[in-house]
Amino acid sequence: MHDMVLEVVNRLLLPFIQLFGMYILFHGHLSPGGGFSGGAVIGASLILYSLTFRFARVKHRLDHDTSVFFEAAGALIYVAIGFVGLFFGYNFLTNRGVFPLGVPGQLWSSGMILIITLALGAKVSGTILSLFQELLEGGSDEHGNP
Amino acid sequence: MEILERLYGNIYYLTSVILFVIGFHTMLTHRNLIKKLMALNIMDTAIFLFFVAIGYRQGGQAPILLPGVTSFVNPVPSALILTGIVISVSFTAFALALVVLLYKHYGTLDSDEIIAIRGKKHV
Amino acid sequence: MKKVLPVLVLAAIGMLLVLTVAEMPTFGDGQAPAHRGVMDKYLRDSAQDTGAINTIAAIILDYRAYDTLGEATVLFVAVLAVSAALYQGEHHA
Repeated sequence: MHDMVLEVVNRLLLPFIQLFGMYILFHGHLSPGGGFSGGAVIGASLILYSLTFRFARVKHRLDHDTSVFFEAAGALIYVAIGFVGLFFGYNFLTNRGVFPLGVPGQLWSSGMILIITLALGAKVSGTILSLFQELLEGGSDEHGNP
Repeated sequence: MEILERLYGNIYYLTSVILFVIGFHTMLTHRNLIKKLMALNIMDTAIFLFFVAIGYRQGGQAPILLPGVTSFVNPVPSALILTGIVISVSFTAFALALVVLLYKHYGTLDSDEIIAIRGKKHV
Repeated sequence: MKKVLPVLVLAAIGMLLVLTVAEMPTFGDGQAPAHRGVMDKYLRDSAQDTGAINTIAAIILDYRAYDTLGEATVLFVAVLAVSAALYQGEHHA
């Protein structure tokens, strides 16, 4: 079932939605927002894409393995950033002596906060897309087949 | 009366209590499983509203340290509620997975019918 | 009886909550007990210590970064639990 209005409006709107999500992510330390809000907006845009362009056409680009990869990569980067502080002789997850802090108010400032915000954005968007795909497939039936 | 004036001053807390009682009543009365899950979400939202409204200060701006702003809103309750929102999302996702399993096993989404089917099987 | 009992219990609980709300400090009071504690330290020192001007981001990602790590773990466990509940006894290729 190809609905022309849905497809055309989605093709026009989706780049702007993702640009807005990236703006929220990258300005997490300058304006309200941060990792969780930006990740939720990007995840919602990916769900909109999956719902409109019928699941089969999407599957080769956004299948289950890709979303699980992004989610696990986000969590791994978070823990790895924590261990950098331990490596230099301070506590776990320190910001002040280890990462370059910069001038407050500019884009490339606040060391650890920017990197963790991007990792959390990847993790939350991967989580939302992965939950949507698993609930849509519905799991296995009683003989163990998907 | 004096108690009505005090309640009018705390109108946000009163709204949170009303939302909580509405969600609780829907969860106890309606029979559809999806409606019960949505009522649980409404109860969660009521608690978040209550907690964030505690941190407001008269004449304060958002806690972004721009030059020229002197009085800020308390940022600590908002930071604590971010964790709560994520936990609410995770809980709703797992409960929906359990509803999918229940529908596949019993064939209905009505809680009274599920209890009746289970009662007949174990007799 | 079955339709009246939830309404009665909820009316009792609701009346208790409304009476509690009436005794709370006024909304927006500057001297409320919720504003004592670490709020002044966070608002004063966060631009110097962390380099971020968003105070809430500085709180959850620098002063309390370990709690946010626990929350990321909760998201991970949620996906794990949904996957374990729905794909029972299946061999992925």
